[in-house]
Amino acid sequence: MTNSYILSFITWLPAVGAILILALMKKDQSSLIKKFATAWFALDFIASLWLLKYNRSTGGMQFLEDYQWIPIIGARYQMGVDGVSVLLIVLTTLLGAIAALSSWEYIQKREKEYYVLLLLLQTAVIGVFASMDLFLFYLFFEVSLVPMYFLIGIWGGENRLYAAIKFFLYTLVGSVVMLLGVLKMYFLTQDTALTSRISSETVNLLAGNEQAAQLVSSTLQAAAANGTGTFNILYMQAMGSVLPMGTMQILLFAAFALGFAIKVPMFPFHTWLPDAHVEAPTAGSVILAGILLKLGTYGFYRFNLPMFPAASRDQSSWTTSFGTFGVRSVIVFLAIVSIIYGALAAMYFVVKRDGDVKKLVAYSSVSSMGMVMLGLFALNPNGVNGGVMQMVNHGIYSGALFLLVGIIYERRHTRNVAEFGGLSHVMPGYAAIFLGMVMTAIGLPLLAVFISEFLALRGAFEANPWWAAWAALGIILNAGYFLWLYQRMFFGTIDNPKNERLPDLKGREWAYMAPLMILSLWIGVYPKPFLEYIQQPVNAVVKQVRPDYVIGEKEPQITQNR
Amino acid sequence: MFLLQANTTSIISVADLQLIAPELILTACACVALVMEVILPYRKSKLTAYFSLVGVALAFISLAVQWWYIGNALPFDGFYGMVRIDGFALLFKAIFLIAAALAIGLSTRFLDIEGEQHGEYYSLILFATVGMMFIACGYDLISLYISLELMALTFYVLVAFTKREKKSNEAAMKYFLLGAFSSGVLLYGMSLLYGIAGSTNIGDIGNSVSTLVPRIQGALQAAAGTGGLPDQIAGLRPLLLLAMIALSAGLFFKVAAVPFHMWAPDVYEGAPTSVTAFLSTGSKAASFALYWRIFSVALEGMRADWAPLLGLVAAITIMVGNWAAVTQENSKRLLAYSSISNAGYLLLGLIAGNLYGYLGLIIYLFVYTLMNMGAFGVIISLRRRGIIGDNVDDLTGLGQKAPFMAAMMAIFMLSLGGLPMTGGFIGKYFLFGGLIQRGAADGKQWYYWLAGWAILNTVVSFYYYVRFIKVMYLGDRIADNRPLALSPALQTALVVSVIGIIALGIYPQPFIKLAQDLLGPLNL
Repeated sequence: MTNSYILSFITWLPAVGAILILALMKKDQSSLIKKFATAWFALDFIASLWLLKYNRSTGGMQFLEDYQWIPIIGARYQMGVDGVSVLLIVLTTLLGAIAALSSWEYIQKREKEYYVLLLLLQTAVIGVFASMDLFLFYLFFEVSLVPMYFLIGIWGGENRLYAAIKFFLYTLVGSVVMLLGVLKMYFLTQDTALTSRISSETVNLLAGNEQAAQLVSSTLQAAAANGTGTFNILYMQAMGSVLPMGTMQILLFAAFALGFAIKVPMFPFHTWLPDAHVEAPTAGSVILAGILLKLGTYGFYRFNLPMFPAASRDQSSWTTSFGTFGVRSVIVFLAIVSIIYGALAAMYFVVKRDGDVKKLVAYSSVSSMGMVMLGLFALNPNGVNGGVMQMVNHGIYSGALFLLVGIIYERRHTRNVAEFGGLSHVMPGYAAIFLGMVMTAIGLPLLAVFISEFLALRGAFEANPWWAAWAALGIILNAGYFLWLYQRMFFGTIDNPKNERLPDLKGREWAYMAPLMILSLWIGVYPKPFLEYIQQPVNAVVKQVRPDYVIGEKEPQITQNR
Repeated sequence: MFLLQANTTSIISVADLQLIAPELILTACACVALVMEVILPYRKSKLTAYFSLVGVALAFISLAVQWWYIGNALPFDGFYGMVRIDGFALLFKAIFLIAAALAIGLSTRFLDIEGEQHGEYYSLILFATVGMMFIACGYDLISLYISLELMALTFYVLVAFTKREKKSNEAAMKYFLLGAFSSGVLLYGMSLLYGIAGSTNIGDIGNSVSTLVPRIQGALQAAAGTGGLPDQIAGLRPLLLLAMIALSAGLFFKVAAVPFHMWAPDVYEGAPTSVTAFLSTGSKAASFALYWRIFSVALEGMRADWAPLLGLVAAITIMVGNWAAVTQENSKRLLAYSSISNAGYLLLGLIAGNLYGYLGLIIYLFVYTLMNMGAFGVIISLRRRGIIGDNVDDLTGLGQKAPFMAAMMAIFMLSLGGLPMTGGFIGKYFLFGGLIQRGAADGKQWYYWLAGWAILNTVVSFYYYVRFIKVMYLGDRIADNRPLALSPALQTALVVSVIGIIALGIYPQPFIKLAQDLLGPLNL
């Protein structure tokens, strides 16, 4: 197998930039530093466009890389992406460049450290999406916490110290528990009674193409030669199909799910999010909402579903007086609660006298990510496609909304809804973009979120009409508070004299808002190219979770535990 | 038997002396250092420090020579089984020598500030190191106990070394009283063990314990079947348990595990910082070496009895250490509680008792030496005469005053917490992995719960490790604008520690391979 270097290049390029800044530039050269960092981010974005050459008809894992790293524990430096990762990586590099560009004026102190940390965060996050080795994944996953901690803690708002440590510890709880799951999975790959039952069809299905399947077998050979297990994610996924259903699988599912559910964040693990968002600087919020939350849902898509298929489709493990339910029922229930709770909480911040717009957007993220989870756990192609697309769309619109809030905050130094009113008269351009993004967020047809919510709801409806009904309630609430917010901020007369002389968007601000708006329109009008990237990998995952499901046919009854 | 042999052959052979060459070199250097102190004028007494460093380097070289020439043919027994050189001994000795070198590097600056630059300090450090090294290679209760006492006695003196400070004297008194008491308990356990097994050799004790335990169990089962009194041999079981409990209690003292941890915060706070650094790394590693030898070799047959005991103590130690550290303001006290909790993590390796666990124990001890030394080194650099500089708040604004030092401190702290890409993570990875593997092998659930408990507590530990990072970076205030008290030796020690931690975190393969090659053949 020949190694492709593109993934490593994209992953490590930001880190190289960080080192260059550290080594070559002085503290007081802030204008040079921010231009250099932004250019470097743009370079990474352009490099990541190469990934769009991903072969959509073949599917599976592509751009593979495989090097020996720590053979003695079976960890290898393996990278590879499927269509889902490709979209997320390109989104990451785009939002990275935008975040850097948006910070030029917002960040006024310690610029050097700021851009270094932003670049390091970028490396960690891209690494998470590109890893094909669980050990490597875990490294990136946990290290990504540190730069974010500093970003919130140094450049955040008034309550930043509290928010930073809360974010750090809260998300750490999930990932340390996950480490136990990682270790247990590793030791299971050494359990020959289990692994001997893995069929090559399963491996081929998950690998998606010949080269990836070859990579798995060569990894296994190397592991056998060293007498170790393996951390190869594809192999662990394949092992999932033979993992017996029972307490162990449920606990493993829970160990992984806790780590990801906190990241997503799902109700009731969401309490860190509003604090972190409100305190973080604009760019921090953009990266946090746009990218870091996706680590959680991506984790569910990449690990929980294919590695623990029996637990993922389980609806009958426990019988109580309320009825019979299982792991999937719990996740779906929490997803629906997140959708409705997030929407209600967001609504509260419009009604409230001194409601914070940023908090509103943060809670709307909880709602939106609940939709992703519902789509993923609908366990049919429509639902999972919708969930994955919703990840991308949420990255676009929540990133944009945080940027918009940041723009008005730079001008007025407040985010209080009640302070504004009639802004459309003084800032028509700003109002137009804001309208576009609000419409995206509430799922107006021809804009991005409509596509993903439609697919996710359709998938949920196929699985259980009641789920879709409850989720739809959340969407109505979403529309309600966003429109209300827009009305309070932009319509009516200017009753606050401080708002009378606000300047409209500047060139730099147009430059970073325009791509997001265009992308939202593009996905909304013509989503086919995007869906093509994820179709084949999503079908493979659905097939893995529900082997009896025939894609394209009517939904069969969920099979009970086997 | 012994006397007969002694009459026919010479008591000490050259081959035996070669086995303990590193210790001999160190002992000789320690004696010379004592003499140098008398000859050299006070302002040149730093020469003794450099001389001691050379001594440590020579000892390290002779250790490397041993590894190079007899590394494939281990183990070697010497002095009629008193001393055994195996992979275990080589690894631990290397850790002790590195710890000693780093401690000397930290000390030169510290003693200058305190105005206590005396040659005998370095001589004592070397003697303590010799004691540690004999613990690593001792294979007999007597040699183990004597070397433990050699180490402990020198540490009592070292803790009291800044004799003008009340806190230092108080710490030494506490340490001496409790240390002497714990040594007594330990000795009691050893004597019981000798009484049961009829030998002081660790290997012999191990054999007889592992044959005794099944026989006792058989006798008890037979008695339970017939309803009569058990065979006489069953009467040994309470004795064995008593010996086990006395030994573990004595060793809990030495490694500062709950409930015998109370001395640690006071002693760590009162002792000169450079001694605290050495005490918390070298002495702890040596105590774990002793623990390992006694429990995993001599008492291996009783694993089913002591594993739950150690598991319980480890769980409580981890909790108490971490939660108590959260409220500390003094960074030396904070690190003392952190070292208590780390004793709990290290115990996990013994409890796991498989290759993963033992690898975790040795790697974590090594990393722990580097990162703790580093942390104390940074604290020393803040110190100047009159200002103690060991409150957490004294680091405020270090990120802007001395970015390089602050970055190193941040790495030490994140590594202590166990963040990936640092050595601390690799150590903890193996410790937890060992527990999970043992849980699967024995089919017992409590190993999983213990691992879960321990790993959840690392989150608590991050809270106080991150506090250092918080005060260094997140504020705009700078506590003290004057430059740091650095010296070349101190800086070198810090840089070496950081490089070691990062290297272990990113590419641990050579370290693990070496440890596995040396420990693997021991049939652990």
